[in-house]
Amino acid sequence: MIHVENLTKYYHDFCAVDQISLDIRKGEIVGLLGPNGAGKTTTLRMLTGYFSPTAGDIRVKDLSIREDTLEIKKLIGYLPESAPLYHSMLVYDYLDYVASIRGLEKDRKLSRIRELSRLCGLSDIMHRTIGELSKGLKQRVGLAHALMNDPEILILDEPTSGLDPNQIVEIRKIIKQIGKEKTIILSTHILSEAEATCDRIVIINKGKIVADGSTNTIKHSASGENIIHISLVKADFKAVKDAIQMIDGIVSIEKDGSEEDEAVNIRVRYDGDTDLREQIYEAIKSTDWVVMDFHQETVTLENIFRELTKEN
Amino acid sequence: MKQVTHIFKKEFRDYFVSPIAYIVISIFLVVTGWFFFSTFFLYDQATLRNFLSLLPLTFSFVVPAVTMRLFSEELSIGSYEVLLTMPVTPVDVILGKFFASVAFIAAMLLPTLCYPLTIIFIGQLDWGPVIGGYMGAVLLGGAFSAIGIFSSAITRNQIIAFIIGMAICFTMTLIDKMLFFFPASILSVINYLGADSHFKNISKGIIDSRDVLYFLSVMFVALYASRLAMQEKK
Repeated sequence: MIHVENLTKYYHDFCAVDQISLDIRKGEIVGLLGPNGAGKTTTLRMLTGYFSPTAGDIRVKDLSIREDTLEIKKLIGYLPESAPLYHSMLVYDYLDYVASIRGLEKDRKLSRIRELSRLCGLSDIMHRTIGELSKGLKQRVGLAHALMNDPEILILDEPTSGLDPNQIVEIRKIIKQIGKEKTIILSTHILSEAEATCDRIVIINKGKIVADGSTNTIKHSASGENIIHISLVKADFKAVKDAIQMIDGIVSIEKDGSEEDEAVNIRVRYDGDTDLREQIYEAIKSTDWVVMDFHQETVTLENIFRELTKEN
Repeated sequence: MKQVTHIFKKEFRDYFVSPIAYIVISIFLVVTGWFFFSTFFLYDQATLRNFLSLLPLTFSFVVPAVTMRLFSEELSIGSYEVLLTMPVTPVDVILGKFFASVAFIAAMLLPTLCYPLTIIFIGQLDWGPVIGGYMGAVLLGGAFSAIGIFSSAITRNQIIAFIIGMAICFTMTLIDKMLFFFPASILSVINYLGADSHFKNISKGIIDSRDVLYFLSVMFVALYASRLAMQEKK
């Protein structure tokens, strides 16, 4: 559906996006993650045809963004960050204007605006000026704008930023609902949101893709080693270390927590491909130490994100 | 072309939704009306010359006020991005906005038609200069609109857009009155650049292709410059 090849964007001599290549299939919900200033918005703006790339190409269904910009724009619905809309217009007037520019027929316009107002919950605010709407309502008008021509591809730039938790849930619900039939690309820096709504996650840092795949694949590939926390009473660190050390695949055994603790807290690192929990437990079982805690650290997207995007 | 019409309609309506239109029109009518009628009976001549001769000067203030928000507002709230991700080209946007402001200026001139209508009752009016004058006024308004659109395209701040637009229009109006500052070799060029003399020719009722061409080329250059200015932002 969308084929991005070596996409590069320079602002004067600052490189915002550096040779990104991506393939997005039809019907995927792709989450673009990255810290502030990573190049998410720039990438999206190039996808929508608003910015022209310095180098590289974007192809949507065999159309190139360089030559067939207008055709591609017809396939894409776009909601920029914080929905910048004309403040002085009424919601209805605005949607009517968008419908005309999108080339909807006169008799089709009204029914389409009705459909969208139901989908995005705008029925009560049709007669109000956009400038006086709250942020969440504006975002919904923006979403209606993006959906006006029933686009095959929907691009959303931080669709939930600045919304309250209820509004976030609402917007996510709408996205999920739309995502059943459409290809959606959304950027966010809220990781739980990406995990909850996206099929696939692309993490960008400093203009480069650092991870790409479903949440599970990313978690799997990132976890080079597993970490187990053990807390034992009536034991001492050295003895425990001696007991576990011989197991194959153990990378390190460290003491965790302070000296004053009654229990001995240990952190064991081992190779990611194997599961040594059973062997470690066997080694402890044969002693008379009391196990207070024994758990493997779960790899969260937060950890991976921080790992991948930290400064140097 | 269809897209130009949609943008034109939206921009033209926008003028009348906000109070700006009514304020600008009132100020324009009060100023021109005062200057015209305060001396009209003293001269005792059935012409519009007094009204028309002041028009370049009043337009230098009024037209940039009409055009200042066209791009600055879009740039400052970011709606330009939304607009351009719909299937429109920057040229569509510029032309739509340009025609909207020219139409607005024409609407502003409409009430002044009652000046010649009043004169008919009290004297013999020569219609040639009147028709020429209104044609010239629309051409002048178009040229100044294009300049105003350019100044609006280069800044996010409406007040700066107004001041830059006014400065350029003002210079173009007055430049042929300052000819003695320039060396003789470029005098004819400078003289040709002044908007006032071209407007005066047309408002005498003489439609010379050179004068029409002058206004059309000012429009073209300023609109093309706006296109480049908007391109530069990407």
